Amino acid sequence: MAHLELKDLYDGFRDPKIIEGFAKLIKEEAKKLPKPINIMEVCGGHTHSIMKFGLPQLLPANVNFIHGPGCPVCVMPKERIDHAYILSLQEGVILVTLGDMIKVPGSKGSLQDARAKGADVRFVYSPLDTLKIAEENPEKKVIFFAIGFETTTPMTASLIDIVLKRKIPNIFFHMNHVTVPEVMVELIDSRDEHVDSYNNQIDAFLGPSHVSVITGSKIYEQFPKKYNRPVVVAGFEPVDVMEGIYMIVKQFTENRCELEIEYKRSVSREGNKKAQALIEEYFEKADLFKWRGLGNVPDSGYKLKDEFSAIDAEKIYKDVLPIEEIEDHKLCICGDILRGMAKPDECTIFGTACKPSSPLGSCMVSSEGACAAYYKYGNLL
Amino acid sequence: MQKNVSLAMGNGGLENNELITKVFYKAFKNDILEKSEDAAVIENGKLAFSTDSFTVSPLFFPGGDIGKLAICGTCNDLAMMGAKPKYLTCSVIIEEGFAMRELEKIVHSMQKELKKNGAIIVSGDTKVVPKGSVDKIFINTTGIGTIEQKGISSNNISKEDVILVSRDIGRHGAAIFAAREGIELTSTLESDCASLTEQVEALINAGIKITALRDATRGGVSAVLNEWAKQSNICIEVEEKTLPVSDEVYGICEMLGFEAVNLANEGTFVLAVKKEDAQRALDVLHSFDNSHNAVEIASVSDAYMQKVILKSPHGTKRFLDVPTGELLPRIC
Repeated sequence: MAHLELKDLYDGFRDPKIIEGFAKLIKEEAKKLPKPINIMEVCGGHTHSIMKFGLPQLLPANVNFIHGPGCPVCVMPKERIDHAYILSLQEGVILVTLGDMIKVPGSKGSLQDARAKGADVRFVYSPLDTLKIAEENPEKKVIFFAIGFETTTPMTASLIDIVLKRKIPNIFFHMNHVTVPEVMVELIDSRDEHVDSYNNQIDAFLGPSHVSVITGSKIYEQFPKKYNRPVVVAGFEPVDVMEGIYMIVKQFTENRCELEIEYKRSVSREGNKKAQALIEEYFEKADLFKWRGLGNVPDSGYKLKDEFSAIDAEKIYKDVLPIEEIEDHKLCICGDILRGMAKPDECTIFGTACKPSSPLGSCMVSSEGACAAYYKYGNLL
Repeated sequence: MQKNVSLAMGNGGLENNELITKVFYKAFKNDILEKSEDAAVIENGKLAFSTDSFTVSPLFFPGGDIGKLAICGTCNDLAMMGAKPKYLTCSVIIEEGFAMRELEKIVHSMQKELKKNGAIIVSGDTKVVPKGSVDKIFINTTGIGTIEQKGISSNNISKEDVILVSRDIGRHGAAIFAAREGIELTSTLESDCASLTEQVEALINAGIKITALRDATRGGVSAVLNEWAKQSNICIEVEEKTLPVSDEVYGICEMLGFEAVNLANEGTFVLAVKKEDAQRALDVLHSFDNSHNAVEIASVSDAYMQKVILKSPHGTKRFLDVPTGELLPRIC
């Protein structure tokens, strides 16, 4: 068998000639569009690729991106960040989480600040690294602050699986896993009457890559059917994104509205059933989960099932964890930006009260958020 | 400024600059310090003077150890001002219980590297502190060198210059991350940790008109280019396809979500030389093992002042920013 190198996995998907080829195809096809279209890439991984490879510069003026809410740490509301902050400063606690969490500020500060104040905060690449930390620190309570979309949820579930089966006494969980389809619905058809989702400008969705590997493409079937929005599930590489855009544009010019998969090498309709079963075993949907900049979104977050309360840090530490809501900044228009109804520079606090170093809305938290990108690249992109 | 010092303030990027200017420069302000070069130029341009402290985990990594690093680091800072390292001091803080055998190994590495540079340690200090007060061992070295070519400065780069890099980038950072995270690689990825005195000497002896030199340590090549763009008030335009990155480093970057231009190097330097001298400079560098793949990576323009632009092979461009925060992997 031929030896497979790591670079074989991405090399062809970054070929400048193929990228330029798709750019040409899109330009030609887009000439037939009756009106401009706005495509939301839901996932932060896509936003990262789009920015890194400068893809908007290759698209015609009538095909636009709306950067979605798909960066899991950016959408964590201050309340949840505060929980992490408070937990990390509890006596005898080691707080373990994934790296992206470090900089995100809550109302009291970020985990970086907590660490500078003496908290023991560890950042891991894989939730399973928590096992080693717990083993090396038997006298400490190790709390895994679980974040991420459907991609990382099964990893948390498998850590729980090991903790329970091996009866590891000192690992606990604070759950913040969120789900993709519910927030997509929130953007185009909010159940909150105070939210203007009716006027959203999202014409189509570029579906997430890794999330869809786990969930399968079936979770998007409602969008073309019920909401009249085409979805193309695409890979993260630039060729994938360009091909995905081309497929979306073609749907519009050919008057189709469907769910299609560009990322066929990894995504099936049913997804990873083993991972889905693990999730179902330990978690259930919370009625509401609050998103920074978007407010409470029904059924969009997971919590531990009641029978696992013994490892639920939110229950164990309920006396020190505040439950009061912290309002998003009144003038923050994140929700409108995510719905394509406003541009970042139309926000009155953009660049003044809200900056990458002191972000208020989710769009400014991530370097890939629409506001942060505008702030940083404003005169080039 | 934040109330407490955070790890991000030591990253060689934005937060690090803020710490230096708002706390240290404010207190120590003087003309020499404010030039912000790799080494201070003193005694009417005759001597270069520099200091650096070293802490690395793991202490022994593929391609080097903290001892080699401690000598290379300071000698390279001197070399980057066109100086030949002469005298070093060495100060070591050791944690109680540290293995004697490892200490000897580290000192042996230092000795070997000093020889390569033709420099000697002329003064030293040792402190042993209780367990837990430091992470195993911290080493500080300070060095003086005689300047062989005057006028090298990151403040004078112009459109007459082109930017070269001495070898493939990001090796040290990638090797350290791989070692820390226990990533098993089929090929052997080694740190680029090396002394650069010989190469710089050869460039000077060949009569190359060197405008600026800087070793791309913390913050990597992108930090150097951004500092230069600011200090010389220019725009630097990098051709992405010319950036030399080995397959191993690229692979680590893909796995962990890094970019090679942001990763630390310990034996890789960036040069600004006059256009007409670029080929000769490359010829000189190519004669050394650890710069055999030196290459031109960027030109200077006035398109976006004080900014660095990365031009992709498929015709798009973006700003190449100074790394901020700690280097962290992406989660999705």
